[in-house]
Amino acid sequence: MSKEVKALPIIEAKNLTKVFGKNPKQALDHLDQGLSKEEILKKTGSTVGVNRASFTVEPGEIFVIMGLSGSGKSTLVRLINRLIEPTQGSILIDGQDLAKMDKKDLRQVRREKLGMVFQRFALFPNRTVLKNVEYGLEIQKVDPEKRTKKAHEALKLVGLEGYAEQKPEQLSGGMQQRVGLARALANDPEVLLMDEAFSALDPLIRKDMQDELIDLQSTMKKTIIFITHDLDEALRLGDRIALMKDGSIVQIGTPEEILMNPANDYVERFVEDVDRSKVLTAGHIMKRPETINIEKHGPRVALERMKEAGISSILVVDSKRNLKGYVTADDASEARKKEVRDLKEILQTDIKQVNKETSMQEIFNVINGSPVPVAVVENERLVGIIVRGAVIAALAGDSEVNLEHA
Amino acid sequence: MLKEWFTEGIPIAEGTEWVTDQITDIFAFLFDPIKEHFGNFMDFASETLMLVPPVVVMIIVALIAFFISGKKFGLAAFSVVGLWLIDNQGYWEHLISTFTLVLIASLLSVIIGVPIGILMAKSKTAEAIIKPILDFMQTMPAFVYLIPAVAFFGIGMVPGIFASLIFATPPTVRFTNLGIRQVSKELVEASEAFGSTGTQKLLKVELPMAKATIMAGINQTVMLALSMVVIASMIGAPGLGREVLSSLQRAQVGTGFVAGIGIVILAIIIDRFTQSANSKEQ
Repeated sequence: MSKEVKALPIIEAKNLTKVFGKNPKQALDHLDQGLSKEEILKKTGSTVGVNRASFTVEPGEIFVIMGLSGSGKSTLVRLINRLIEPTQGSILIDGQDLAKMDKKDLRQVRREKLGMVFQRFALFPNRTVLKNVEYGLEIQKVDPEKRTKKAHEALKLVGLEGYAEQKPEQLSGGMQQRVGLARALANDPEVLLMDEAFSALDPLIRKDMQDELIDLQSTMKKTIIFITHDLDEALRLGDRIALMKDGSIVQIGTPEEILMNPANDYVERFVEDVDRSKVLTAGHIMKRPETINIEKHGPRVALERMKEAGISSILVVDSKRNLKGYVTADDASEARKKEVRDLKEILQTDIKQVNKETSMQEIFNVINGSPVPVAVVENERLVGIIVRGAVIAALAGDSEVNLEHA
Repeated sequence: MLKEWFTEGIPIAEGTEWVTDQITDIFAFLFDPIKEHFGNFMDFASETLMLVPPVVVMIIVALIAFFISGKKFGLAAFSVVGLWLIDNQGYWEHLISTFTLVLIASLLSVIIGVPIGILMAKSKTAEAIIKPILDFMQTMPAFVYLIPAVAFFGIGMVPGIFASLIFATPPTVRFTNLGIRQVSKELVEASEAFGSTGTQKLLKVELPMAKATIMAGINQTVMLALSMVVIASMIGAPGLGREVLSSLQRAQVGTGFVAGIGIVILAIIIDRFTQSANSKEQ
């Protein structure tokens, strides 16, 4: 999952803090003294929205900010485009500090670099779908012909070409959110801020939208900051996830890091109910395979190895470790009695293969009803083996899955 | 002096009179031309309208009624019958005078009221200051406004307009404020997030979204202006109100009733017109 290219961060937040209330200064002092959100609320009447959030977002990644309601995630995303004024800290976009900008520069950054998609779509009900998508360009006074063309392109991207002249209320929720997405894309911003963009959609539509977003992102290479309260969604979309609690970021990491090494009890409780089968892949649960070489070994060696390892079948590879098939103990002992020397005569090739990225859910289907272990193969080369016991252990939450292979 | 205030009473009435006198004197340079030119303009407007034959007016009103009520005949039929009845009773000219007064008073109320409403919606301080003034303006008996109106503008149409302005503007201000404040926060955020300027936000999002509410306020304003126009006849504003007033003074029940019916008919037509202009937008 590591990035090949390390580019400069596109967004960098440093100690970003927001205190709502009449006396933010006092609240900040209390924060410095290490008081909790509740204590500060009791003492000063001020609410700490976001508490010293620092993070960086790399170009082209999907950065998910996740937390329960009230954790400050929606405030945080609004600090990024300064819909809410930060009390303290800085937010750098391409190296420019948004927190210190005057109104005019801020508008410029919002117009050129930041697009936003809202939880309840926030489409203008008095405008047609096309006019909604045009909005960002319209306020930049782009000439009408050009902006209509761009708006049509954006609608095409989200698959709504035919609906340009409809009013938003005539569309379903999923379609409305596509319009919202198209509106954000029409400006061709560098960063998309998506505030619980799919939370108001029903689960099936939501899955579709998630898939489409991933597709869109892979073709358009936009940087996406995605806010959600749903861990499954976060794990599905995120290259990296920042977990928030009481206004603070408690952990930032890849989905695997968060699941496997929760930073504290809070994160652990959070990830407890995650359906691990959706997150773990073959790479996590595979074991080093016992093999024999088809070019060097015969049935006798095969039998010997199986006996040593206490297994009833063994995988067969060639010198380059390309997977050839497997032999069973029964066949091997039969062959030895008949003095057969060549493994090829008893080689069975109906072995199930998966690759390292195959999810546990799929492995479950594959391994069910297969008498022999499943081979994990990469470019024909055998890299590991999955036995049924490991699958069950992983589903049961056994933390002894090996991350090194991931 | 303080002691006098306790024994003799605080001279609020005298003070108010003094202030009014001062305003009359100081702003005479403003009030006099308004009285003259605006008065002339109003006379001109109502005289021009009176030149149009009643039949033509009826046809035009009927056509507009037909289209704004969604091609239904009810309002159009009512308008024609109502206007014909007023003409039949010989009150056509009074009707036109009253209508001119209402029209101009309402237009001015909207022109003044909407921007004030916007200001209130945008600034908490402005809201805190203006709201009690509006309450004051609306609860003070309407007759009271006639007195300074006469002081400033003499008698006739112009003071009538002035009094209606004070009496009828508050709903427009209130509803504009309310309408803009009610615009969904996400929509406002959306317009800001895409980099709208304040003016763009107002013109492209807030006002269009608040339109229905503002129109409801304007409808109220027009109705209040109509009711004020009747009261304003006491200071010489012409129209149906004057007929009501003179029948009252002469105890002529019949004439008063007919003139009153004329006002009711006008009120219903204006009310339906402004309301359907609103509902058509939604």
